Amino acid sequence: MSFQITIEDTGEQYACSETKHVLAGMQQLGKKGIPVGCRSGGCGVCKVRVLEGEYASKKMSRDHVTAEEEAEGVVLACRIFPQSNIRLSVIGKLNKAVNR
Amino acid sequence: MAMTGILRPGHVQLRVLDMEESLNHYVENMGLLETDRDDQGRVYLKCWDEQDKFSLVLEPSDRSGMDHMAFKVATEEDLSRFESNIKNFGIETTRVAAGELNGCGERVRFTAPAGHTFELYAEKEQVGNGISTTNPAPWRRDLKGMEVIRFDHCLLYGDNFDENVKFFKEALEFQLTEQIVDGDLQIAAFLTCSTKAHDIAFIRSEESGKLHHASFLLGSWEEVLKAADIISMEDIPHETGPTRHGLTRGKTIYFFDPSGNRNEVFAEDSYVYPDSPVLTWNADNVGQAIFYHSRELVDSFMGVTS
Repeated sequence: MSFQITIEDTGEQYACSETKHVLAGMQQLGKKGIPVGCRSGGCGVCKVRVLEGEYASKKMSRDHVTAEEEAEGVVLACRIFPQSNIRLSVIGKLNKAVNR
Repeated sequence: MAMTGILRPGHVQLRVLDMEESLNHYVENMGLLETDRDDQGRVYLKCWDEQDKFSLVLEPSDRSGMDHMAFKVATEEDLSRFESNIKNFGIETTRVAAGELNGCGERVRFTAPAGHTFELYAEKEQVGNGISTTNPAPWRRDLKGMEVIRFDHCLLYGDNFDENVKFFKEALEFQLTEQIVDGDLQIAAFLTCSTKAHDIAFIRSEESGKLHHASFLLGSWEEVLKAADIISMEDIPHETGPTRHGLTRGKTIYFFDPSGNRNEVFAEDSYVYPDSPVLTWNADNVGQAIFYHSRELVDSFMGVTS
Protein backbone atom coordinates (compact mmCIF):
# COMPACT_ATOMS: atom_id res chain seq x y z
CA MET A 1 0.00 0.00 0.00
CA SER A 2 1.22 3.49 -0.89
CA PHE A 3 0.70 6.79 0.90
CA GLN A 4 1.13 10.42 -0.09
CA ILE A 5 4.15 12.23 1.39
CA THR A 6 4.09 16.05 1.38
CA ILE A 7 7.25 18.07 2.04
CA GLU A 8 5.82 21.24 3.58
CA ASP A 9 8.89 23.41 2.77
CA THR A 10 8.78 22.87 -1.00
CA GLY A 11 5.24 21.60 -1.58
CA GLU A 12 6.79 18.49 -3.18
CA GLN A 13 4.48 15.46 -3.08
CA TYR A 14 5.17 11.83 -3.86
CA ALA A 15 3.78 8.36 -3.26
CA CYS A 16 5.70 6.08 -0.90
CA SER A 17 5.06 2.40 -0.27
CA GLU A 18 4.66 1.26 3.34
CA THR A 19 7.59 -1.09 2.63
CA LYS A 20 9.99 1.77 1.76
CA HIS A 21 11.34 4.44 4.06
CA VAL A 22 10.21 7.99 3.32
CA LEU A 23 13.64 9.00 1.95
CA ALA A 24 13.89 5.99 -0.41
CA GLY A 25 10.38 6.80 -1.69
CA MET A 26 11.50 10.34 -2.49
CA GLN A 27 14.76 9.28 -4.08
CA GLN A 28 13.44 6.54 -6.35
CA LEU A 29 10.99 8.98 -7.99
CA GLY A 30 13.75 11.53 -8.53
CA LYS A 31 12.05 13.92 -6.11
CA LYS A 32 14.03 16.38 -3.99
CA GLY A 33 13.57 18.31 -0.76
CA ILE A 34 15.00 16.14 2.02
CA PRO A 35 18.84 15.91 2.07
CA VAL A 36 20.09 12.40 1.29
CA GLY A 37 22.99 10.95 3.26
CA CYS A 38 23.66 7.46 4.60
CA ARG A 39 20.04 6.22 4.37
CA SER A 40 20.70 4.02 7.39
CA GLY A 41 19.95 6.18 10.43
CA GLY A 42 23.54 7.21 11.18
CA CYS A 43 24.38 10.58 9.64
CA GLY A 44 21.38 12.74 10.55
CA VAL A 45 21.12 14.88 7.41
CA CYS A 46 17.56 13.72 6.58
CA LYS A 47 16.13 14.87 9.92
CA VAL A 48 12.48 15.94 9.59
CA ARG A 49 9.54 16.91 11.77
CA VAL A 50 6.40 14.90 11.03
CA LEU A 51 3.53 17.38 11.23
CA GLU A 52 0.78 14.91 10.43
CA GLY A 53 0.52 11.18 9.79
CA GLU A 54 1.37 7.74 11.13
CA TYR A 55 4.51 5.72 10.57
CA ALA A 56 6.53 2.74 11.76
CA SER A 57 10.16 3.44 12.60
CA LYS A 58 13.55 1.74 12.92
CA LYS A 59 16.35 2.62 15.35
CA MET A 60 18.14 5.91 14.61
CA SER A 61 21.43 7.21 15.99
CA ARG A 62 20.98 9.09 19.30
CA ASP A 63 23.73 11.46 18.14
CA HIS A 64 21.12 12.96 15.83
CA VAL A 65 17.68 12.28 17.36
CA THR A 66 17.10 12.25 21.13
CA ALA A 67 14.41 10.05 22.67
CA GLU A 68 12.41 13.22 23.46
CA GLU A 69 12.62 14.40 19.85
CA GLU A 70 11.60 11.01 18.54
CA ALA A 71 8.54 11.05 20.82
CA GLU A 72 7.56 14.45 19.33
CA GLY A 73 7.83 13.21 15.75
CA VAL A 74 11.31 14.58 15.05
CA VAL A 75 12.87 11.66 13.18
CA LEU A 76 15.19 10.65 10.35
CA ALA A 77 13.28 10.25 7.07
CA CYS A 78 15.37 7.16 6.24
CA ARG A 79 14.07 5.35 9.32
CA ILE A 80 10.30 5.89 9.01
CA PHE A 81 7.85 3.82 6.95
CA PRO A 82 4.48 5.45 6.17
CA GLN A 83 1.26 3.98 7.57
CA SER A 84 -0.91 6.92 6.44
CA ASN A 85 -0.42 10.06 4.35
CA ILE A 86 2.36 12.12 5.92
CA ARG A 87 3.05 15.85 6.01
CA LEU A 88 6.56 16.82 7.17
CA SER A 89 8.99 19.73 7.34
CA VAL A 90 12.74 19.45 6.81
CA ILE A 91 15.20 20.10 9.67
CA GLY A 92 18.44 18.44 8.50
CA LYS A 93 20.97 19.88 6.11
CA LEU A 94 24.19 18.85 4.45
CA ASN A 95 27.33 20.56 5.63
CA LYS A 96 29.05 22.66 3.00
CA ALA A 97 31.24 20.60 0.72
CA VAL A 98 34.72 21.84 1.57
CA ASN A 99 35.71 23.64 4.73
CA ARG A 100 38.00 26.38 3.36
CA MET B 1 63.70 -5.58 9.00
CA ALA B 2 62.76 -2.46 7.07
CA MET B 3 59.37 -1.93 8.67
CA THR B 4 59.47 -1.06 12.36
CA GLY B 5 57.45 0.92 14.86
CA ILE B 6 53.78 1.18 13.87
CA LEU B 7 53.13 -1.61 11.36
CA ARG B 8 49.56 -1.20 10.18
CA PRO B 9 45.94 -0.41 11.03
CA GLY B 10 45.11 -3.39 13.24
CA HIS B 11 41.41 -2.93 13.77
CA VAL B 12 38.54 -0.50 13.89
CA GLN B 13 35.65 -0.74 16.35
CA LEU B 14 32.40 0.56 14.88
CA ARG B 15 29.16 1.25 16.76
CA VAL B 16 26.12 -0.40 15.17
CA LEU B 17 22.39 0.04 15.74
CA ASP B 18 21.31 -3.51 14.81
CA MET B 19 23.77 -6.40 15.11
CA GLU B 20 21.85 -8.87 12.95
CA GLU B 21 21.60 -6.43 10.03
CA SER B 22 25.25 -5.45 10.52
CA LEU B 23 26.47 -9.04 10.43
CA ASN B 24 24.45 -9.68 7.29
CA HIS B 25 26.21 -6.66 5.75
CA TYR B 26 29.78 -7.37 6.82
CA VAL B 27 29.70 -11.19 6.60
CA GLU B 28 27.22 -12.11 3.84
CA ASN B 29 27.67 -9.06 1.61
CA MET B 30 31.27 -7.95 2.21
CA GLY B 31 32.72 -11.37 3.00
CA LEU B 32 34.38 -10.82 6.38
CA LEU B 33 34.58 -13.85 8.69
CA GLU B 34 33.22 -13.91 12.25
CA THR B 35 35.91 -15.03 14.70
CA ASP B 36 34.47 -14.37 18.18
CA ARG B 37 31.87 -12.68 20.39
CA ASP B 38 32.15 -11.33 23.95
CA ASP B 39 29.93 -10.72 26.96
CA GLN B 40 29.52 -7.05 25.99
CA GLY B 41 27.74 -8.23 22.84
CA ARG B 42 30.66 -7.23 20.63
CA VAL B 43 31.28 -9.33 17.53
CA TYR B 44 34.81 -9.82 16.14
CA LEU B 45 35.46 -10.13 12.41
CA LYS B 46 38.46 -10.48 10.14
CA CYS B 47 39.06 -10.27 6.41
CA TRP B 48 40.12 -13.55 4.89
CA ASP B 49 43.78 -12.76 4.15
CA GLU B 50 44.56 -11.30 7.57
CA GLN B 51 46.55 -13.43 10.00
CA ASP B 52 45.40 -11.76 13.24
CA LYS B 53 42.19 -12.76 14.98
CA PHE B 54 40.17 -9.63 14.14
CA SER B 55 40.32 -6.35 12.25
CA LEU B 56 36.73 -5.18 12.76
CA VAL B 57 34.80 -5.10 16.02
CA LEU B 58 31.08 -4.35 15.91
CA GLU B 59 29.76 -2.85 19.14
CA PRO B 60 26.01 -2.75 19.81
CA SER B 61 25.02 0.87 20.51
CA ASP B 62 22.27 3.47 20.20
CA ARG B 63 24.68 5.65 18.17
CA SER B 64 26.59 5.13 14.93
CA GLY B 65 30.24 6.00 14.29
CA MET B 66 33.73 4.89 15.25
CA ASP B 67 34.54 3.92 18.83
CA HIS B 68 38.26 3.69 18.12
CA MET B 69 40.87 2.70 15.57
CA ALA B 70 43.93 0.71 16.63
CA PHE B 71 47.39 0.26 15.12
CA LYS B 72 49.64 -2.72 15.66
CA VAL B 73 53.24 -1.96 16.64
CA ALA B 74 56.15 -4.35 16.12
CA THR B 75 57.27 -4.91 19.72
CA GLU B 76 56.41 -4.16 23.37
CA GLU B 77 59.39 -1.76 23.36
CA ASP B 78 57.74 0.16 20.51
CA LEU B 79 54.53 0.33 22.55
CA SER B 80 56.39 1.99 25.43
CA ARG B 81 58.35 4.26 23.11
CA PHE B 82 55.22 5.56 21.35
CA GLU B 83 53.49 5.93 24.72
CA SER B 84 56.33 8.28 25.73
CA ASN B 85 56.19 10.10 22.39
CA ILE B 86 52.47 10.73 22.84
CA LYS B 87 52.90 11.98 26.43
CA ASN B 88 55.81 14.20 25.37
CA PHE B 89 53.54 15.70 22.72
CA GLY B 90 51.22 16.67 25.60
CA ILE B 91 48.51 14.08 25.12
CA GLU B 92 47.36 11.82 27.96
CA THR B 93 47.44 8.07 27.54
CA THR B 94 45.82 5.21 29.43
CA ARG B 95 46.54 1.50 29.38
CA VAL B 96 43.71 -0.93 28.59
CA ALA B 97 44.28 -4.40 30.05
CA ALA B 98 45.21 -7.34 27.86
CA GLY B 99 42.11 -9.40 27.06
CA GLU B 100 39.64 -6.49 27.29
CA LEU B 101 39.24 -7.22 23.60
CA ASN B 102 39.37 -10.99 23.14
CA GLY B 103 42.79 -12.10 21.95
CA CYS B 104 44.33 -8.61 22.03
CA GLY B 105 47.29 -7.66 24.23
CA GLU B 106 47.59 -4.54 26.37
CA ARG B 107 46.56 -1.37 24.52
CA VAL B 108 47.74 2.22 24.86
CA ARG B 109 44.71 4.48 24.40
CA PHE B 110 44.65 8.21 23.64
CA THR B 111 42.57 10.90 21.97
CA ALA B 112 44.30 12.61 19.04
CA PRO B 113 43.86 16.39 18.55
CA ALA B 114 41.11 15.93 15.92
CA GLY B 115 38.98 14.18 18.55
CA HIS B 116 39.26 10.50 17.59
CA THR B 117 40.20 7.72 20.02
CA PHE B 118 43.16 5.64 18.88
CA GLU B 119 44.95 2.69 20.41
CA LEU B 120 48.29 0.97 19.91
CA TYR B 121 49.02 -2.65 20.77
CA ALA B 122 51.88 -5.07 20.16
CA GLU B 123 50.18 -8.44 20.53
CA LYS B 124 47.12 -10.05 19.00
CA GLU B 125 46.29 -13.73 18.70
CA GLN B 126 47.11 -15.00 15.22
CA VAL B 127 44.57 -17.39 13.75
CA GLY B 128 45.99 -17.49 10.21
CA ASN B 129 44.35 -16.83 6.87
CA GLY B 130 43.01 -20.33 6.34
CA ILE B 131 45.75 -21.19 3.88
CA SER B 132 48.69 -23.45 4.59
CA THR B 133 52.02 -21.71 5.13
CA THR B 134 53.68 -24.54 3.19
CA ASN B 135 52.95 -24.60 -0.55
CA PRO B 136 50.18 -22.01 0.03
CA ALA B 137 47.12 -21.77 -2.21
CA PRO B 138 46.59 -18.28 -3.74
CA TRP B 139 43.05 -17.87 -2.40
CA ARG B 140 40.24 -19.51 -0.45
CA ARG B 141 37.26 -21.16 -2.09
CA ASP B 142 34.76 -20.64 0.74
CA LEU B 143 34.35 -16.84 0.65
CA LYS B 144 31.18 -14.78 0.40
CA GLY B 145 30.08 -11.55 -1.27
CA MET B 146 32.75 -8.96 -2.06
CA GLU B 147 35.53 -11.18 -0.59
CA VAL B 148 37.38 -8.24 1.01
CA ILE B 149 41.08 -9.03 1.51
CA ARG B 150 42.04 -6.78 4.44
CA PHE B 151 40.97 -3.80 6.52
CA ASP B 152 43.06 -1.08 4.91
CA HIS B 153 42.52 2.41 6.36
CA CYS B 154 40.07 4.96 7.74
CA LEU B 155 39.39 8.48 6.54
CA LEU B 156 38.38 10.77 9.39
CA TYR B 157 36.97 14.29 9.72
CA GLY B 158 38.13 16.43 12.61
CA ASP B 159 39.05 19.85 13.96
CA ASN B 160 42.48 20.97 15.30
CA PHE B 161 43.59 19.72 11.90
CA ASP B 162 47.13 21.12 11.75
CA GLU B 163 47.96 19.99 15.29
CA ASN B 164 46.55 16.56 14.49
CA VAL B 165 48.71 16.11 11.37
CA LYS B 166 51.75 17.32 13.34
CA PHE B 167 50.94 14.74 16.03
CA PHE B 168 50.75 11.87 13.55
CA LYS B 169 54.01 12.90 11.88
CA GLU B 170 56.02 13.70 15.00
CA ALA B 171 54.69 11.48 17.79
CA LEU B 172 53.52 8.48 15.73
CA GLU B 173 56.16 8.82 12.96
CA PHE B 174 53.72 8.69 10.05
CA GLN B 175 54.78 9.96 6.61
CA LEU B 176 52.68 12.45 4.64
CA THR B 177 52.02 10.91 1.19
CA GLU B 178 49.43 13.19 -0.44
CA GLN B 179 47.59 16.37 0.42
CA ILE B 180 45.00 18.84 -0.82
CA VAL B 181 46.00 22.45 -0.23
CA ASP B 182 44.19 25.75 -0.63
CA GLY B 183 47.07 28.21 -0.75
CA ASP B 184 48.86 27.69 2.56
CA LEU B 185 45.93 25.83 4.10
CA GLN B 186 46.08 22.05 4.12
CA ILE B 187 42.54 20.67 3.63
CA ALA B 188 43.33 16.95 3.45
CA ALA B 189 46.31 14.90 4.66
CA PHE B 190 46.98 11.29 3.64
CA LEU B 191 49.44 9.58 5.98
CA THR B 192 51.17 6.22 6.05
CA CYS B 193 53.08 4.14 8.58
CA SER B 194 54.11 1.67 5.88
CA THR B 195 54.57 1.81 2.09
CA LYS B 196 50.84 2.12 1.39
CA ALA B 197 49.32 5.22 -0.23
CA HIS B 198 47.64 5.79 3.13
CA ASP B 199 47.03 4.00 6.40
CA ILE B 200 44.93 6.91 7.64
CA ALA B 201 43.67 10.18 6.18
CA PHE B 202 42.19 13.33 7.68
CA ILE B 203 39.94 16.04 6.26
CA ARG B 204 39.82 19.50 7.86
CA SER B 205 36.43 19.93 9.52
CA GLU B 206 34.64 22.07 12.09
CA GLU B 207 33.35 18.92 13.79
CA SER B 208 35.48 16.81 16.11
CA GLY B 209 36.03 13.06 15.97
CA LYS B 210 33.93 12.00 12.98
CA LEU B 211 34.21 8.91 10.78
CA HIS B 212 34.07 9.44 7.03
CA HIS B 213 34.74 5.84 6.04
CA ALA B 214 36.36 2.53 6.94
CA SER B 215 37.99 0.98 3.89
CA PHE B 216 38.66 -2.58 2.79
CA LEU B 217 40.97 -3.85 0.05
CA LEU B 218 39.93 -5.77 -3.06
CA GLY B 219 42.20 -7.40 -5.62
CA SER B 220 41.18 -5.78 -8.90
CA TRP B 221 38.94 -3.35 -10.78
CA GLU B 222 36.84 -6.37 -11.78
CA GLU B 223 36.23 -7.06 -8.08
CA VAL B 224 35.17 -3.42 -7.58
CA LEU B 225 32.55 -3.94 -10.32
CA LYS B 226 31.41 -7.16 -8.63
CA ALA B 227 31.06 -5.21 -5.37
CA ALA B 228 28.88 -2.68 -7.25
CA ASP B 229 26.65 -5.53 -8.46
CA ILE B 230 26.29 -6.85 -4.90
CA ILE B 231 25.45 -3.34 -3.65
CA SER B 232 22.52 -3.17 -6.08
CA MET B 233 21.49 -6.83 -5.67
CA GLU B 234 21.29 -6.47 -1.90
CA ASP B 235 19.80 -2.94 -1.87
CA ILE B 236 22.79 -1.52 0.04
CA PRO B 237 22.71 2.32 0.20
CA HIS B 238 25.14 3.23 -2.58
CA GLU B 239 26.92 6.58 -2.71
CA THR B 240 29.57 6.93 -5.43
CA GLY B 241 31.41 4.76 -7.92
CA PRO B 242 32.76 2.58 -9.32
CA THR B 243 35.27 5.29 -10.21
CA ARG B 244 38.89 6.29 -9.67
CA HIS B 245 40.34 8.62 -7.07
CA GLY B 246 42.97 11.13 -8.18
CA LEU B 247 44.37 10.95 -4.65
CA THR B 248 46.06 7.53 -4.21
CA ARG B 249 44.92 6.43 -7.74
CA GLY B 250 42.62 3.89 -6.06
CA LYS B 251 39.71 2.34 -8.00
CA THR B 252 36.82 2.60 -5.66
CA ILE B 253 33.18 2.41 -4.67
CA TYR B 254 31.42 3.86 -1.60
CA PHE B 255 28.35 2.65 0.28
CA PHE B 256 26.92 2.60 3.80
CA ASP B 257 26.53 -0.12 6.42
CA PRO B 258 23.09 -0.60 8.08
CA SER B 259 24.01 1.97 10.79
CA GLY B 260 25.10 4.66 8.34
CA ASN B 261 28.83 4.12 8.76
CA ARG B 262 30.38 4.65 5.33
CA ASN B 263 32.41 1.81 3.79
CA GLU B 264 34.79 1.83 0.86
CA VAL B 265 36.09 -1.13 -1.10
CA PHE B 266 38.93 -0.37 -3.49
CA ALA B 267 41.78 -1.85 -5.51
CA GLU B 268 45.05 -0.99 -7.18
CA ASP B 269 46.15 2.19 -5.44
CA SER B 270 49.68 3.63 -5.39
CA TYR B 271 52.57 3.12 -2.95
CA VAL B 272 55.38 5.10 -1.36
CA TYR B 273 58.88 4.69 0.02
CA PRO B 274 60.37 6.85 2.77
CA ASP B 275 62.08 8.98 0.09
CA SER B 276 58.97 9.46 -2.10
CA PRO B 277 57.93 13.08 -2.72
CA VAL B 278 54.67 14.37 -1.22
CA LEU B 279 51.97 14.60 -3.91
CA THR B 280 49.89 17.78 -3.81
CA TRP B 281 46.44 18.52 -5.22
CA ASN B 282 45.37 22.13 -5.46
CA ALA B 283 41.97 23.16 -4.15
CA ASP B 284 41.12 24.29 -7.70
CA ASN B 285 41.37 20.63 -8.70
CA VAL B 286 39.61 19.19 -5.67
CA GLY B 287 36.90 17.56 -7.81
CA GLN B 288 39.49 15.70 -9.84
CA ALA B 289 41.53 14.84 -6.74
CA ILE B 290 38.57 13.06 -5.25
CA PHE B 291 36.66 11.68 -8.27
CA TYR B 292 39.07 11.60 -11.18
CA HIS B 293 36.54 10.94 -13.96
CA SER B 294 33.54 13.14 -13.10
CA ARG B 295 35.72 15.86 -11.51
CA GLU B 296 32.68 16.87 -9.47
CA LEU B 297 32.29 16.79 -5.72
CA VAL B 298 29.34 14.77 -4.43
CA ASP B 299 27.46 16.69 -1.72
CA SER B 300 26.84 13.71 0.53
CA PHE B 301 30.41 12.43 0.11
CA MET B 302 31.79 15.73 1.33
CA GLY B 303 29.19 16.48 3.99
CA VAL B 304 28.07 13.21 5.54
CA THR B 305 29.88 11.52 8.45
CA SER B 306 28.96 9.28 11.35
